[in-house]
Amino acid sequence: MRRTITWLAAVALVGAACGSNGGELTVYSGRSEDLVGPLIAQFEDAEGIGVTVRYAGSTELAATLLEEGDRSPADVFFAQDPASLGAVALAGLFEPLPEAIVGTVPARFADAEGRWVGVSGRVRVMVVGAGVEGVGSVADLTAPEWEGRLGIAPSNGSFLAFVAAMLLTDGEDATRAWLEGIAANEPQKYANNSSIVDAVIRGEVDAGLVNHYYLLRAIAEQGDVPAANHFLDPSDPGALVMPAGAGTLASSDDPDAAARFVEYLLSAEAQRYFAEETFEYPLRTGIAPAAGLPPLDDVAGLDVDLSKLATTLDLATELVAQSGLL
Amino acid sequence: MTSPGDVTVLDAPVRPAPPPPRARRHRAPWALWAVALAVLLPVAVPLGAMFGRLLGDAGDAGAVLWSMRTVRLLAQTLALTATVTVAAAAVGVATAWLTTRTDLPGRRVWSTLAALPLVLPSYVIALTLIAAFGAGGLLAGVAGLDALPAASGAVGAWLALTIATYPYVHLIVSAALRKLDPAHEEAARGLGAGRWRAFRTVVLPQLRPALAAASLLVSLYTLSDFGAVSLMRFDAFTRVIYAQYQGRLDRTPAAVLAAVLIVVAGVVLWAEARSRGRAAYYSHRPARPARAVALSRRARAVAVTFLSAVVAVALVLPLGTLAAWVVRGARRGDAPAIPWDAAWGSIWVSAAAAAVALVAAVPIAVLVVRYRSRASVALDRSVYGVFALPHITVALAMVFFAVTYLGPLYQGFTVLIVTYAALFMPQASGAARAALEQVNPHLEEAARSLGRGPLRTIAEVTVPLIGRGLLAGGALVFLTTMKELPATLLLRPTGFDTLAVDIWQAASEGFFARAAAPALLLVAVSALPLYLVVGRRYAA
Repeated sequence: MRRTITWLAAVALVGAACGSNGGELTVYSGRSEDLVGPLIAQFEDAEGIGVTVRYAGSTELAATLLEEGDRSPADVFFAQDPASLGAVALAGLFEPLPEAIVGTVPARFADAEGRWVGVSGRVRVMVVGAGVEGVGSVADLTAPEWEGRLGIAPSNGSFLAFVAAMLLTDGEDATRAWLEGIAANEPQKYANNSSIVDAVIRGEVDAGLVNHYYLLRAIAEQGDVPAANHFLDPSDPGALVMPAGAGTLASSDDPDAAARFVEYLLSAEAQRYFAEETFEYPLRTGIAPAAGLPPLDDVAGLDVDLSKLATTLDLATELVAQSGLL
Repeated sequence: MTSPGDVTVLDAPVRPAPPPPRARRHRAPWALWAVALAVLLPVAVPLGAMFGRLLGDAGDAGAVLWSMRTVRLLAQTLALTATVTVAAAAVGVATAWLTTRTDLPGRRVWSTLAALPLVLPSYVIALTLIAAFGAGGLLAGVAGLDALPAASGAVGAWLALTIATYPYVHLIVSAALRKLDPAHEEAARGLGAGRWRAFRTVVLPQLRPALAAASLLVSLYTLSDFGAVSLMRFDAFTRVIYAQYQGRLDRTPAAVLAAVLIVVAGVVLWAEARSRGRAAYYSHRPARPARAVALSRRARAVAVTFLSAVVAVALVLPLGTLAAWVVRGARRGDAPAIPWDAAWGSIWVSAAAAAVALVAAVPIAVLVVRYRSRASVALDRSVYGVFALPHITVALAMVFFAVTYLGPLYQGFTVLIVTYAALFMPQASGAARAALEQVNPHLEEAARSLGRGPLRTIAEVTVPLIGRGLLAGGALVFLTTMKELPATLLLRPTGFDTLAVDIWQAASEGFFARAAAPALLLVAVSALPLYLVVGRRYAA
């Protein structure tokens, strides 16, 4: 018996010893390991700074940061969407970034006070099957002709961010009405964007509301597929450009390393990684997006203050749930 | 003798029993209390703090309660719990009876096979069901099974959880059947009752205590389950709590729902305790083993078909699906990505949790058996109370508490490991208690009279005497910790991975093939301690 306990304790001690070799910089990443793991490894090599990453949903990490306040162990928050960044910024937890970093991207893709900066652009689009005509505005999708033909991912963060944007542009009543109209059309519901793209390729649904790069990834993996990206009117909330972005936390115990991490995400090398590997829009001026994508200026026309998405995100979730879509 | 590894260690707390013969009425050494409380308090205090936080914010909490359509959620969760409990009880009683009371050929093998799904966590069962059924599923390639509907929603969750829980009923009822005195049933038969009538009117009532304990376990398991309901996309409390935790900037809704779920689990416990009332327990040894019921040829065919179907759905289908994926991946040329880091992470935190649980289990068992008092019985009850709490609620309370009060321990291994140990304590303390009840107190008294202090006596006499029982309890803690998902998701330190987390992340994104290798690995590693627990029981 005593041997067993000794043995268990030995295993535990060895494990604890191995488990605590954390890096110097702690990054909360709302972007998945598949997507940004290689990039973070590149940063570690290039800068000689060890990084420990906590991967989770962007909203979950933002809520965690709000809960942690100035006790947070995190140095950098790297988020999928501006709503999460905005929530942390509004709570006053970010240390403003130097102008040299924020100035690398067009002003509308960064916080006005420099608390966070966008690093890659994700555009909401409609993915359509072969021969299917796209619409100009998401408002058209509540028409009876779309009954049962649309795929959405109602619990997905990007969909919710889009609804949060609609709340800012169109107001609560119009958003509620739109959600009810969509629900009445009985769309197919999926867990995430890539399932929608797969469903459109298979012909299970005619079209879906997704981010632009999922189709490009499917093409990279499967070759030519019977589906296309349809960009909505640039001023429609359905054409929201959501920058994934990052900010450094005021509570960081190594603000210099934290700033270098954000700076690295905007380096030409990292920006090309986003263009070529994840098919997102590089936000640094002068780096071209993946072949076949229209220029960002042609698709980004919606006038919303991205930091404000944080103020409508919870209401968006609530309305989606009330409409019966969730 | 009750084998120390008997699953009854999972059942409800001790009834207040008469003190053991000539037990010495000493005051318990304070060190025992200190160690026992050191493991319980870390869970009790955060829970208290969470309720405090909600009460301090009662207006908001009330609004959330209203806006979350809590009543519908409650109805759905309770309906799932009830249907799973009934189905698991029906399947478990049938497999138990067939494998203990009949002359079915190979009944011991069948009994083991029926118990084996115990190594499958609910989320692994769920993900294999999702992958196997439906239009694009693995079974669609098999002739005649194309028409099977996809597993999801209420039916999917029900099926997955029934598979996950009926083995508990099987094991507990099998043990009870073995202990049942056959004289009553034989008397009924002698008086002209048919076999079914004798079973229904004589055997079943005698099984009531065991069945009640098993049903309680199944209902609490279902209430607490997070993995299966989430993958099946069935809105039970746990799934919605996690969705709120993940998807909202405001943590109040998650906390409110967690508080409601804790109250529900409490009501289930209380209702069970009341319904059991003063029902007597049949724990005496039978005068002789029951004569096996001879099955007719037709009955035998039906029995074998039934058992095969259970084993096919509960064991072959999940394991087969996992294996098929690994093979399919290998054929495509992808080497199965075996997550060694995660495997090692699972193993060492589980070992640590088992070690902590064992260290605290001894004082708890000694306090309850040797120093029985109101306080020690209350301690035992609270150990089981914590076990009954849905892990996601405990973890949530722990997150809230740790971030505010625990400073450097926040997001650390200590919090994770102590939470595991507290959650699974009854598996260790129950085993220790069962073993200690078999030890004659004179042995310890002799050590005391030879001048050993109470603590040294425990270390040098008691612990070696109950060693085997403790080992089985530790194995159970290890096994359940390996499978644990929601508390791990919420409390794991940054950058720390376990097999459960790996499987969950792949499966919740729909990458089932990527979940296969870690799932097989998890099953393989959990099979070892289960062998210690169940295998030894058969050897005994």
